Amino acid sequence: MHFLQKFLRLSSAKPLVLLFGLVPFAWLFWGAATDALGANPAEFLSRATGDWTLRFLCLTLAITPLRQFLGWPELARFRRMLGLLTYFYVLLHLLCYSWLDMGFDWADTVRDITKRPFIWLGFGAFVLLTLLAATSLNRAVRWLGSKRWQRLHQSVYVVAALSLLHFFWMRAGKNNFTEVWVYAAVIAVLLGWRVRRFFAKT
Amino acid sequence: MLIQSQKDGFVHPLASEITAPQVVADRRALLLQMATGVAGLSMASWASRQALAQSASAIEKPGKLATLLSTPSGVPGAMVIEKPTPYKDASSYNNFYEFGTDKADPAVNAHTLKTTPWTVEVEGLVKNPGKFALEDLLKLSPMEERIYRLRCVEGWSMVIPWVGYSLAQLIKRVAPLGSAKYVEFVTLADPKTMPYVGSRILDWPYTEALRLDEAMHPLTLLSFGMYGEILPKQNGAPVRLVVPWKYGFKSGKSIVKIRFTEKQPATAWNKAAANEYGFFSNVNPTVDHPRWSQATERRIGEDGLFAKKRKTLMFNGYEAQVGQLYAGMDLQKFF
Repeated sequence: MHFLQKFLRLSSAKPLVLLFGLVPFAWLFWGAATDALGANPAEFLSRATGDWTLRFLCLTLAITPLRQFLGWPELARFRRMLGLLTYFYVLLHLLCYSWLDMGFDWADTVRDITKRPFIWLGFGAFVLLTLLAATSLNRAVRWLGSKRWQRLHQSVYVVAALSLLHFFWMRAGKNNFTEVWVYAAVIAVLLGWRVRRFFAKT
Repeated sequence: MLIQSQKDGFVHPLASEITAPQVVADRRALLLQMATGVAGLSMASWASRQALAQSASAIEKPGKLATLLSTPSGVPGAMVIEKPTPYKDASSYNNFYEFGTDKADPAVNAHTLKTTPWTVEVEGLVKNPGKFALEDLLKLSPMEERIYRLRCVEGWSMVIPWVGYSLAQLIKRVAPLGSAKYVEFVTLADPKTMPYVGSRILDWPYTEALRLDEAMHPLTLLSFGMYGEILPKQNGAPVRLVVPWKYGFKSGKSIVKIRFTEKQPATAWNKAAANEYGFFSNVNPTVDHPRWSQATERRIGEDGLFAKKRKTLMFNGYEAQVGQLYAGMDLQKFF
């Protein structure tokens, strides 16, 4: 058995992965506290939390394909935690926007989002992610029934699409799409895997 | 009777009808003095500090590059009483797409720029066209220190102590012909030293332009340095333009050619997105960028992480000095 697989079976693996997932947060927090985030820390934090949301979304979406590809069932028990870490970073991202950018001024915020429709896409993804996070408990599966629960949680693909569009639109101002294509490629591969399996089964 | 149509373009008033900007500024200064008369005593210490500042610059030199000596400018509006942005921020947070689109890129990549020898060619509708070596430009007029606000179209701002002299000094030297209406600035586009020249974001070389009266305005600065030293490469060494009442992109960096024309020249961002970036691009809090508000700005290095953004000022706070240039113009249309 692969040593990684052995690690994943340890009871301490989950808290360790969680700790690992909070490293970017700690790094950002420390950077903000010591003024080490460059000339425009507010912008840096908004962008970094957006980047980390996308990264954790990719990691979450990678769990199932990796589990199937490697034949490692141990991976499954990390999926919810990664999903919740994604939600944690998107919450921070939204907090950065509404606090650092808008100073919690709702009139300004309304004016701003009418100017910047790419924010709607991001906000749409956030609303969906909120539903998924709220129904992430085992109890929710029982309450909704596994069929309905699964269908609801398939909307994570919509979240991925909205997030990518949000990122693409934001970068359109400078025609600077390199990173957007990288995330798009990763997500395309992860979704492609599922589509292929779906058609292989039917 | 002289019948005018749209085709005649902007008809300039008779020179004799225009109140000289200096006279307007003096009037305003006088009014301001009267209005603040009550505060006279409390202002005394400030006034004496200003008097002291006439003899030596108050800006601390960062000690990174060669010193460029200057004396504080006497041009009205040229010495903003605001805290200069830390040099570290002003030299590490730049838009200079020839060296990358991320604002940290230019500071990392611009070391390849070769600033000596450097010549600026002046051509087009002038009596005395020619090539100016950088050394000659440096000697053309006494160096002044000017503390200007800088407002980027992206919604952030800085306060920068530049070193240079009014572009008007050079313009007078080359003597524009009567037919010259615009001044175009062509910046360096050298794919060997500028890694992102050739990227499809903009047409290279990056060009910018001003109306001749804007270019002649005493606040329009031909700059060779900042913070008492020569310009860092990422800030547009060895010579750049600074037009403090317009969005930052109007101020071309690393200029190699200045051309006098009759027709309005095409400008880089205007070509890339005409609906977003107008020819004038004067800082104006009431005219939003199509994709974001221009009403507020974040002052780099000064406003804390949780500070509310500050209000953007009309003409970036230089309305008293430059408002006259746009009298009667619809600024919503000519944005």
